[in-house]
Amino acid sequence: MVEFSLWDIVRNLVIAAQWTVLLSTIAFIGGGVVGGLLLVFRMSGSILANRLVAGYVQLFQGTPLLMQLFLTYFGLALLGVELSSWVSASLALTLYTSAFLVEIWRGCVNAIPKGQWEAAQSLALNFSEQVRYIIFPQALRIAIPPTVGFLVQVVKGTALASLIGFVELTKAGTMITNATFKPFLVYGCVAVIYFILCYPISLYAKSLEGKINATRA
Amino acid sequence: MRVELDFLSILDQWPLLLSGIAWTLGLTAVSAVFGVLIGITFAWVRAWGPTWFKWLPATYVEFIRNTPFIVQLFFVFFGLPMMGVKLSPEAASILAMVLNLGAYATEIIRAGIQATPRGQIEAGSSLALNRMQIYLHIILPPALRKVWPALVSQIIIVMLGSAVCGQISTPELSFVANLIQSRNFRAFETYIFATIVYLLLAIGLRALLNWLGARYFFGARRG
Repeated sequence: MVEFSLWDIVRNLVIAAQWTVLLSTIAFIGGGVVGGLLLVFRMSGSILANRLVAGYVQLFQGTPLLMQLFLTYFGLALLGVELSSWVSASLALTLYTSAFLVEIWRGCVNAIPKGQWEAAQSLALNFSEQVRYIIFPQALRIAIPPTVGFLVQVVKGTALASLIGFVELTKAGTMITNATFKPFLVYGCVAVIYFILCYPISLYAKSLEGKINATRA
Repeated sequence: MRVELDFLSILDQWPLLLSGIAWTLGLTAVSAVFGVLIGITFAWVRAWGPTWFKWLPATYVEFIRNTPFIVQLFFVFFGLPMMGVKLSPEAASILAMVLNLGAYATEIIRAGIQATPRGQIEAGSSLALNRMQIYLHIILPPALRKVWPALVSQIIIVMLGSAVCGQISTPELSFVANLIQSRNFRAFETYIFATIVYLLLAIGLRALLNWLGARYFFGARRG
């Protein structure tokens, strides 16, 4: 049997945590792109588009992320689409992230006073110019803090990818536990590493929020 | 390739499915009640509790909010027995869910009580109410009413999160789904079915809690 010192445990967990960071980054960027497209689709003003995006959001926010992962991993495989745990996890987390981001961003766009749209129209700007020069810069300012805050949810969400066999921080924790029989220590370390990843993001989101409120007051 | 979908082989297992749904709802109900109680207590500690004790809820909230639920669950179920606390899967699930919801509820309720006008607290003390009475009768009811929608959302997030509890063999809905698909080899249909049930549970629970909140919890004082 191999002896694991505390240093071995921590070192292996930190190596695995890199995959957590990578998967979070993919999901966050992919979710941002898909969410942005959905936002444009929703803002197009068509009732059908609005309904479709609302349904999409409800579907992903109203079902467990675990089920979404299982469906993309085990479910699609049965339909003949064989995906690696890598691709499945990235796909499911991207869709999940996009559903939350589009909802956050829609709220930010809605928070822009109607008068801004009307003023832009009265300057004879077309729709894309209105969005680009008037609405987007203002919405972006209020959108950044909740978006950064949501990144914490994405990092925590990647922990579920361990259940479809993707070796990231949580899965590494399970594997090391099975080798060392020290669950208290190992899961404690896993939790601490997640905390070290997430807490600075939480603090940053909070400080951004504070800044926005300060300039408004 | 033609794919035949077969949902009937899942519906055949309805007694299992019903017990899974019952477990999911039961776990959620218990953790909602105790989680909100933790929230009410710790929100008070953070706002008016003894200074030397304030670090505890603050640390607890930040630690829970910045770690994944599944790690909390594994820590409780696999880790705590090393310390001599041996829990059944069901008890571990409930404990992890209560702790998780408690942290979020603390933050949500704290936001609500911070919005209480100072004059109301002064009015309360001028009626010779003690601090506990002021908190429970004057500050808390309007604060809870204000943050109720946020609490409902969080309870639903915890319910959806409880799908993970199946991993330590708590017999809730996702565990049942796993069991059924291992029997009939129809993973896609089974998980689709379970996902739809979760969606309906989430929509139904939100409607129910909003209705309860308006009708029974906070409605009477509105007059």
